[in-house]
Parts: sequence; C-alpha cells; structure tokens
Amino acid sequence: MSDALINATGTTTMTMAGAINAGLRAAMERDPKVLLMGEDIGALGGVFRVTDGLHKDFGDDRVIDTPLAESGIVGTAIGLGMRGYRSVCEIQFEGFIFPAYNQITTQLAKMHYRSQGNITLPLVIRVPYAGGIGAIEHHSESPEALFAHTPGLRIFSPATPQDAYDGIQQAIAAPDPVMFFEPKARYWDKGEVNTGTVETRLSDAAATIGISGSRVAREGTDVTLVAYGPTVRLALQSAELAAQAGTSVEVIDLRSISPLDSDAVVKSAKKTGRVVVTHEAVTTFGVAAEVSARVTEQAFFHLHAPVLRVGGFHTPYPGATFEHEYLPNLDRVLDAVDRVMKH
Amino acid sequence: MENLGPLSEDGLVRLLNHQGEVLQDQTFSPYAAHLTPEKLREFWHDMSVLRAWDMEAMSLQRQGELGLWVQSYGQEAAQIGSGHALRDPDFVFPSYREHGVAMTRGVDLPSILRIFRGLEHGSWVPAEHGFHLYTLVIGAHALHATGYAMGMDRDGLVASGDADKDGAVVCYFGDGATSQGDIAESMTFASVNKAPVVFFCQNNQFAISESVTRQTNIPLADRAKGWGMPSIRVDGNDVIACHAVTQWALEHARSGNGPVFIEALTYRMGAHTTSDDPTRYRTKADEEYWSERDPIDRLTTYLEGADELPDEFREAVAAEGKALGARTRESVRGWSKPATLEMFDHVYAEPHSTVQAERAWFERYEQSFADVEASN
Repeated sequence: MSDALINATGTTTMTMAGAINAGLRAAMERDPKVLLMGEDIGALGGVFRVTDGLHKDFGDDRVIDTPLAESGIVGTAIGLGMRGYRSVCEIQFEGFIFPAYNQITTQLAKMHYRSQGNITLPLVIRVPYAGGIGAIEHHSESPEALFAHTPGLRIFSPATPQDAYDGIQQAIAAPDPVMFFEPKARYWDKGEVNTGTVETRLSDAAATIGISGSRVAREGTDVTLVAYGPTVRLALQSAELAAQAGTSVEVIDLRSISPLDSDAVVKSAKKTGRVVVTHEAVTTFGVAAEVSARVTEQAFFHLHAPVLRVGGFHTPYPGATFEHEYLPNLDRVLDAVDRVMKH
Repeated sequence: MENLGPLSEDGLVRLLNHQGEVLQDQTFSPYAAHLTPEKLREFWHDMSVLRAWDMEAMSLQRQGELGLWVQSYGQEAAQIGSGHALRDPDFVFPSYREHGVAMTRGVDLPSILRIFRGLEHGSWVPAEHGFHLYTLVIGAHALHATGYAMGMDRDGLVASGDADKDGAVVCYFGDGATSQGDIAESMTFASVNKAPVVFFCQNNQFAISESVTRQTNIPLADRAKGWGMPSIRVDGNDVIACHAVTQWALEHARSGNGPVFIEALTYRMGAHTTSDDPTRYRTKADEEYWSERDPIDRLTTYLEGADELPDEFREAVAAEGKALGARTRESVRGWSKPATLEMFDHVYAEPHSTVQAERAWFERYEQSFADVEASN
C-alpha cells in the first residue's frame, strides 16, 4: 500500500483499510483456494478500496466481481466452500446484507451442524459497518447483534490496524464461518502493524484463539469500560478524560463478539466493581445487554453499581445531521462513568 | 384440461405416452436409444421399489413413528429417469422430496427417515454419494449448486478433454421455488459464469395448496430464455423422456456450454406432506386425470406390450419392496434417542466458549438429578 511505511522496528505504519488489504494479499499468496467475491471489488478495488490492486495481481478467477445480488454472493460462496474454496465475501455496506440474511443464518451458520461435521464452510463475510461518516440511509448501521444471536457464526470486529491485519488472516484460516465487521469510520486511522506475528499464530493448533479473545486496551481500577470496533477509540478517549478527573478506567476491546470473551470482562468487573458497555448498535437486545447479563450472573456480589449501556437509540439510524447525538459520544460515555461512580 | 398457460402441453418432450406408445423426437430420441429392455426394467424396478417404500414411510408416520413424511408419490419418473442420467463425477443438490434421486445415488432409503424421526437434520455424507443434504428453505440450495458448479469448473472437471472425467451439477426444485429470488440469482450467477448446472424443476403443480398458476402465467421453462440458457419442457411422468433430456442437458453442461433449465411437468399424487389435506384445494377429477397418467403404469403398459415384464420379475420386485419395507420398519423402531448432550455437537468446527460453557452447565444439571436419585 502506498500509505505503508516500514519502520526501523520492523513494524509498518498502515491504515486499517491498508492492513486488511495486506492481510487479504498475504492470505491469497499463502493459499490458492482463497477467493474474493463481491460487488465492485475488482478493477475499482471496492468502494472503500480495501481490495485495491488485488484484482490486478490475482486476476478474474480469484477476485470476482459478482452480479449485484448479496444472497447470490453468499450462496455461491457456500457451494464453492463445499469444494474447498475459502471465499471472502465483501458486502458493500452493512445495510445491504439483508438480502443475504437468509443464506447466512439458515444455510451458512447451520451447515456444519446439519451435516454432523461433514461439511465445513470456512467463509469470511466482510462487512463495512457503523456510522460517523455522514452517509445516507443504510450506510451507517450496526447489525452485528442480529448475527451474534445465530449459533454457528463467529463475529469479529477489529479496532486497530494490527487486529485488522491479523484478524482477517485468522478469519480466513478458521474452519468456521466468520463475519468480519469493519468499522468504516476507522478505515483511515493509522497504526503500527507487525506483519511478522500472524503466521506463527496461524500455524498454531489453536489458530482461532486470536479472533476469539479480547484485549485490555488500557488498564484501570475504578470502572471497566467495554467496547469493540468503532467505539474503542471513543472508550480510550473517555478513559483519558476520566483520568484527568481522577477516575481510573480500564478499557476492554472485545474484538470478538461471538464467542464473547466474558471471562475477561468478568475478571475486570470483579476488580473494578463497575461496568459500562458502549457500542454504536441499537442498545435494546444488543451486545451490551449480553455483556451486562453475563457480568450480573458471574460477578453480582462484586458490583457496586448496575451495569450501564451507552449505544444507539431504538430508532432507525437517523439522517447524518443527527448522528453526533445518536451515536455514543464522549459526553454520554463520561456521563455513564460518572453515574456508576456515584454508587 | 383447459389451456392454463403454465400447465399447457406446448413444447412438451414426450417419448412414451400414457397409452404406453413410443413417440419419436428428433433431438431427444437418440438420447434414449441405449435404453434396452433390461435398462427399462431397472427403471421400473426402481420406481416400483421407491413407491412401495414411500407408502411404508407413510404408514410409519400414520402410526406415530415419524413426525412427518414427504412423499415422492407420482414423481418417480422424473426422479428415477433423471437420476439414472447421472455419473460419478456429477453432484446433486436436492430439495427435500427427491428420495428417488437419492436412491439412484446409493443413499440407503431407510436412513432418510432419521431426519423425519427427529434424530438429525442430515443423515448421509454428501461427498460419499455426490448427493447433498436436503434443503428445506425453498430455493436456497440452487445457489449452493451454482457455487459448487463454479468450483468444479475451477477444478478442471468441465470440458477437460476427457469426457469420462467431466462432471456437472443437477439442482432439483419445484414450481413454487421458481418464485424465490435465490432461483433467479442462481440462474444469473450460473449463466454469467457458464457454470455446469442443470436446473431441474419438477413442476408438480402445487406449492402446498397453491396452484402453479399462482407462481407464473407462462410455462416455467420459458423463464430460462431471460437468462439466455437453453430450456426443455418434458413430460415428467415419462421416465424415458426424463432420462433422455437429462442426458442431453448434462452433456451440454459437462462440455462447458453452461447451464440448462429443465421443466418436468408432473403431478404430486399425494399430499404436500402428512400435515396437508389436498381435498381442500383440488378436485377428485383432477386427481383421476393424473392417476391415468401414473408414471409407473405407462412403463408397465409399454413393457407388457413388448412382452418384457415377466411375472417372475414382477414378483421379485414386489418381494424386494416388501423386504425393504420390513427393514425400514425395523430400523425406524430400533432407533433410540441419542444422548442429549449430542445436541451440542458440531455447532462449530472449532470449540466455541459459549457452546462449551452451556454444554458443561447442562451436563452438571442433568447429573444433579442422577445424584439425587442415587442418594434416595
């Protein structure tokens, strides 16, 4: 990628989009059965340019501009998967995933179970998601909970270029279907990427551990602030401001939504006694509700305050002029931190 | 029959009419030329055994041994005729009524009933038979078939230069499925990728209670024109014609010429499933009209006329059907409920912490009752 710089330390500075691109390239070079499928991913390089240059280098047979039909993309990728192909499907925007919802939930998620393990479908579905980019309808939503509610799928969302680079390769190497939710507002954030680590992990027997576990993004002692994908940066900024006001916030980046690394959250909750969860998705029946339930079940007597959720409201994603108020922001996250601290 | 558009007989390929007379077709008769009396007896055998078994499964459902049964009754010619056109390298994506095709692919018929007894959702290994599991979401599997065919093409199994090595995919679905978006999308993907797929539509005239006239105003085969793929309308109760057109279509697809659409016009002689009641939506007269066109009867008439259906053969087939019925009954009644913990198996290929935790909890929960019993 043109924006990649190799540093003296051996790491490379990459945007998240560039890191996914580099990860896809590495996976395609490693395994000839890896295919990319999607709309406008060929000569154009995808509407976000995440597949930039891959069509030129890998050709029509491996970087496939598909007909404009999302169910068709996922459904044919399932058939290709039955012949051993590992398709990485790009859904152009999360709001357009619903034509494929049937294929994903009734077929992709259930085939391994239905076949009693005789058919594995190592597909990856890349979904640019979440808001904050001033877009029109269907281009800013966060539907991850709909898929996390479906057994048989793994759900991952990177917050950093490093996790994007490692995660996309681990997702491709995993034998289970993985939905890879890419926070599109973070596509152009830069970070250091060590391109040397992922291969080792992939050759490990527990290849998917990397995409199953959370990470502590910042240590703290008073409040546990749980985030993933687009809200991790917000959580870190909130923690910084809270620290200035004397509150020590521990930030957990879930990374994986299914499975949910609740052990790490519970461990932190037992330490701090206060938990706030933030995501862009509609709050009701969402990931934060699941985190809250697990913390309550497993750390009830350690809690000093109810678990609070900061997320999208129970409205359709509003016009872009409203999104600063609709989305979790510093004020709303810090308000929740204040409220749990008052207990 | 009045002219009903989708039920008209326009352009129907027919090589054996219901009076048991052989008809000629310039394109397709050559594809039936290899059918010796012996081969036709094999068709007759398969159709007869299939029907006997189907009736046995029906009885088992009525006796409470199966939760549901889905008959193939009336569609034996479409399934056995097309199934016998398949070869080892080919792969089938069935809907859920294709027991006859399953039979031609070597699936043990009684094992299918494990699904309908609620033991599992798929009871054979698809790769062993070139026969995928049943798909209950109407039309969803047509995309899998298309993707699989695209994979075969990439793997060098189409137009390889060695005709014995070439393969194709046959996707079976019904008239109702043609209204599904996935069928339309699969025809798009198959045609632009020139994928070796034979779309085999068994137009049995009903989607549960809805007549095919609720799905289309024109013969379904005509839809294929919009995708620029060849299409064939065939008498679905004529096993010879079904076999011949499928042979033609498979050769076309295996040779790298892309997909073909076949509409086999047949009639679902039974109910949709054992939960259905056709008396609410179709007439006795209609059933009688189609009963006269029974797919097995017409082959019987033809073979009898040619003096090629000796009594001892018929008796042997009847005995085989009976024996299969007995084995089926015995198998079904012998299947016990698997260990409850098995319901947690195979959700994922690699361990998933939520499933592991719930399984462990449930195991402890079950064990707690055993512990209480032991202490009493």
